[in-house]
Amino acid sequence: MKQPIANAPHEKTHIVPKRSKFASNLRQVKKEWQLYSLLVLPVIYLLLFKYIPMMGNVIAFRRYAPGGSVFGEEWVGMRYIEMFIQSSKFWEVFMNNIMLGSVTLLVGFPAPIILALLLNELRSKRFKKFVQSTSYLPHFLSIVIVSGMIFQITAEDGPINAIIRFFGGETILFMQQADWFLPIYVLSDLWQTVGWGTILYLAALTGIDESLYEAAKIDGANKWKQTLHITLPGITPIIVVLLTLNIGKFMQVGFEKVLLLYNPLIFETADVISTYLFRVGLQSGNFSYATAIGLFEALIGLVLVFSANYLSKKITGASLW
Amino acid sequence: MKDSRQYKLFQLANVILLLLVVFITLFPFLSIVARSFSGEAEINAGEVFLWPVGFNLETYKVVFSDSHFWNSYKNTVLYTTVGTAINIFMTTIFAYAISKKRLVGRNFFIMLAVFTMFFSGGLIPNYLLITSLGFANSIWAIVLPTAISIFNLLVMKSFFESLPEELEESASIDGANTYITLLRIILPLSKPVLATMILFYAVENWNSWFPAFLYFDQQDLFPVSIYLRNLIKGASDTMAAGAAEASNMQQVSSNIKAVTMVLSVLPILLVYPYLQKYFVKGVMLGSVKQ
Repeated sequence: MKQPIANAPHEKTHIVPKRSKFASNLRQVKKEWQLYSLLVLPVIYLLLFKYIPMMGNVIAFRRYAPGGSVFGEEWVGMRYIEMFIQSSKFWEVFMNNIMLGSVTLLVGFPAPIILALLLNELRSKRFKKFVQSTSYLPHFLSIVIVSGMIFQITAEDGPINAIIRFFGGETILFMQQADWFLPIYVLSDLWQTVGWGTILYLAALTGIDESLYEAAKIDGANKWKQTLHITLPGITPIIVVLLTLNIGKFMQVGFEKVLLLYNPLIFETADVISTYLFRVGLQSGNFSYATAIGLFEALIGLVLVFSANYLSKKITGASLW
Repeated sequence: MKDSRQYKLFQLANVILLLLVVFITLFPFLSIVARSFSGEAEINAGEVFLWPVGFNLETYKVVFSDSHFWNSYKNTVLYTTVGTAINIFMTTIFAYAISKKRLVGRNFFIMLAVFTMFFSGGLIPNYLLITSLGFANSIWAIVLPTAISIFNLLVMKSFFESLPEELEESASIDGANTYITLLRIILPLSKPVLATMILFYAVENWNSWFPAFLYFDQQDLFPVSIYLRNLIKGASDTMAAGAAEASNMQQVSSNIKAVTMVLSVLPILLVYPYLQKYFVKGVMLGSVKQ
């Protein structure tokens, strides 16, 4: 009996002429003031903690004076960005960034897809659950713990060196040799993220229509062919979306992890843009210069994610927005 | 239909491979636990692998009786509780509001939030903001700037969107206003997503170290992550410096480090099994509908 009365005002708005749209919106806001009141704190939060720092990036183009305004004192144009690009450190940290980012992407992106496909082939539900639960676990670990584990495992007295010695090799001081940083960084990243990365793929896999497999079996397709022609195309949209996101984040090499793991002995392979920025800005106090470095990094990320999104929309039709 | 021999072989190989994945995943945990129960001399000699050698509980006693450790542990509990409460409150009200189609300007508010995922102020502007707000050496420096995670916000928003519209209509006919509807009707139905959010945020707060590292310089405020970081980093810095006399102290801390690591992971390991069934559902809710 008490039915659609509540909905009636909505339907009316369609026939209201355009110029009074503002008035009707205002009426709606007034009527729903309680709903709008819920937005007050979150919007203040976004403006204060997200948008003000965003505008604070402007000190990359202004000279900052200690104790002065968050937005700097006077315009200096591109000076700090030029300073960074021309500095001898630039190529070192830029190339390290690209090396760590691209190898992580190359190894870390396909790995969860493969793991999800393998998990999907398991017959035993319980074993599948068990493998999944275990592999999610590292995702919940603090980066401090992960770096602690890396130090312990690669230590002179750690298990990896124990294995090396068991097979008659020489002890390796992993964390003091520049050449070892890349593999340690990438493999530990793989260890921490691969299981968690499978969640979305597994969800997509359960969404594939069973009857497609039945039809394929009747046509005589074996498991491998089914995977190639049904399973993979079935999860392509999610692969594309995640790839786009990953490409966008490709410059954001794990700042905290590098900061915890590196030491001056291995700067030549471990130092990245963000850790360099950290040392220049917060340890040496060059705020404007460090902001310029950060802005440079953020803009590359933004360009990357927009171009990846554009390309994936063009090529596959799937995209983030 | 019967499996081909090749497929049976694949099944076997697959199971073995995945068991190997499980082993590799657990290996670092086992190794740390083994070290935490081992004697110093045995660790120094590189004898400890996956099983404690020279079993002792002394190290646990040493860490337990360290007042700095307990104090930082207490701090972490405090920061995690306050932080997570703020997270849940802010995320819930925001997600609820933007899940309503009747909210004029809804897309604007969604965009306002989502844009911050792609572009943000860097380290320095954030640092300047927090310090000029006077948050240095206060809990606000770590709980307020991370009040809302946009990813979690979107997960919660799509959960609210999936609830049937009729629920709210009947509530409003019964005279419930927006607040009461949210509190009495919507939240009791949102237990799976709330459990997920609590797990995600609590883990994030528990694990957080960088804001504290950046804004705190008083030892009695440090969370356990900083305590641990200083243990680990302190030893490795002297190692890098190559100081001979430091080597002794580095070895001593080797099993202390292991114990501290075990103790700071423990709470996560304890709640994880109980919340696990929720979070998989929770994440999927938020992400699969593309």
